[in-house]
Amino acid sequence: MKYFRLIWANLLRAKRRTFLTVFSIAIALFLFCTLRTVITSFEASLRASEATRLVVRHGASLVFPLPLAYRERLVQVPGVNGVSYGNWFGGFYQDPKNQFAQFAMDVPTMFDLFPELVMPADQVQAFRSERTAAIIGKALAKKYGWKLGDQVPIIGTIFPGEWRFVVRGIYEGKTKDVDENTLFFHWDYLNESLPEGRKNQVGIYWIRVASPDLAADVSRRVDAMFENSPQPTKTETEKAFQAGFISMIGNIQLLLTIIGSAIVFAIMLVTVNTMMMAARERTTEIAVLKTLGYSDGLILRLVAGEALLVSLLGGLLGCGLAALVFHESDFTASGFFPNFRVLPETIVAGLLLAVLMGILSGIVPAVTAARLEVASALRKVA
Amino acid sequence: MESRNGNLVELRNVHKVYFRDRIEVPVLQGIDLTIREGEFVALMGPSGSGKSTLLNLIAGIDSPTGGEVRVAGESLGTLKPGKLAAWRARHIGFIFQLYNLIPVLTAYQNVELPLLLTKLSARERKKRVLKVLGLVGLEARAKHFPRQLSGGEEQRVAIARAIVADPTLLVADEPTGDLDAKNAAEILTLLQRLHAELEKTILMVTHDPHAAERAEKTLHLDKGVLQP
Repeated sequence: MKYFRLIWANLLRAKRRTFLTVFSIAIALFLFCTLRTVITSFEASLRASEATRLVVRHGASLVFPLPLAYRERLVQVPGVNGVSYGNWFGGFYQDPKNQFAQFAMDVPTMFDLFPELVMPADQVQAFRSERTAAIIGKALAKKYGWKLGDQVPIIGTIFPGEWRFVVRGIYEGKTKDVDENTLFFHWDYLNESLPEGRKNQVGIYWIRVASPDLAADVSRRVDAMFENSPQPTKTETEKAFQAGFISMIGNIQLLLTIIGSAIVFAIMLVTVNTMMMAARERTTEIAVLKTLGYSDGLILRLVAGEALLVSLLGGLLGCGLAALVFHESDFTASGFFPNFRVLPETIVAGLLLAVLMGILSGIVPAVTAARLEVASALRKVA
Repeated sequence: MESRNGNLVELRNVHKVYFRDRIEVPVLQGIDLTIREGEFVALMGPSGSGKSTLLNLIAGIDSPTGGEVRVAGESLGTLKPGKLAAWRARHIGFIFQLYNLIPVLTAYQNVELPLLLTKLSARERKKRVLKVLGLVGLEARAKHFPRQLSGGEEQRVAIARAIVADPTLLVADEPTGDLDAKNAAEILTLLQRLHAELEKTILMVTHDPHAAERAEKTLHLDKGVLQP
């Protein structure tokens, strides 16, 4: 600790350079935390998936609907003890940038299939009994300041026009992984408003099986049942569906890992260069310290300590900023990441990465300084 | 701390060779030298005669190509780098021509540097730093950075740094070489005081005859050989 003042004084020697180095590390770690949070948000949505819930969609693509008539046949599949359905609405509030998830749902069955949506009984009742009623997640209500009874106009994109809903319920998730940024409204309200050719079509069926062990068997039976129909199905667990949905935009985890690593590596090279410059400028001073009796090991620790301190400061700034920004902003990327929060594990990983950057960027200048030959270093000055 | 015969520094048949572009350049050729504890010795000689190299060998910051360097009872060639660093911290106080203070540290912090290597508490360190700053007449300048000091003051801080850990031997490489006559005289007076009052053994390299006059004994080095 008694050497900290020496390390700190050396860092403040070139304040602008130190600031820029810390700032560039902070940006790298901010981006690392952001990209890592994209991955953890995906993982959270997978964790929120129920093991006994299956998703049935069109076999060719999610964009093609299935007939409403399938519902009756799905109910009769052995092992199925609940069916609900809905459509992705795809609208926005006032401005296209105000995007969040909206689903038109079969209200009589949805709470049975989605017990993780927790709401007072009177609000459930109010929602059920009013055709234009909607329920919203707690986070969404907080974001837009919506209260019970408020009229919410949503501009439809898949289903064009302005759709007005009355907020009759505000739900909370049973666990922290449950998305609280979605608006649910009556599928009937949507269906009735559509032209004849688009009526009675369902985007997704959710079916509940009695036990997770039945999932594979039920999935096979359902798909076999509609195999030769004009609208074949693809049935999978909700977790597999979520994972597949995510993989539609590529191997996101690999992509983000590569981008994150590239950023960190590039910044690390900059830091190595900066630390080497800083150490090289102080060749005489290092020689003087050695003359005073500072050992090679101590010199190595002092120079490496500077690099470590710079990286840690950058790490604390970058990770802290990420945690603060995404906590305060309610960032959801237009509803794509409903649980976008920087987790403590991400911050710990970011800080460990900062330590690693510090060690790697400090090792070359530290070893160079430790190996410095005093007499020749002093001779060059004299 | 001297050897049994009272000699603090003993050099036997010391050679030093440098290589410049693979060409062998002999700097010291068979140096035999003895300095007794408590002596104030001036080492004179023209540029390139090997004065500073000899000083560096005695201070343990360079190693000879041949021969033995024994200082404060220790044969320096036998010490490993870590032990040699610890030996320097304990026995050598080095005064440079260009002061070589750390510019980002105050005078106080510069003087404290050697004490950081000891087990002294912060309070004990402070006491000793203020004492030696008082000794060189710079107690009031403790919080000043090197850029805020004159050349003479910087050299006095450097001397305070060299003596703060109470080393066995003070080595000074052209300590007045970068100073005007007035400041040079003050520094030499200070070195004389350290020798007279604190009984410090001092080896001073200089090519200024006036500076050498302040020492008890003057040695002459020419082309790597000590003159009789």
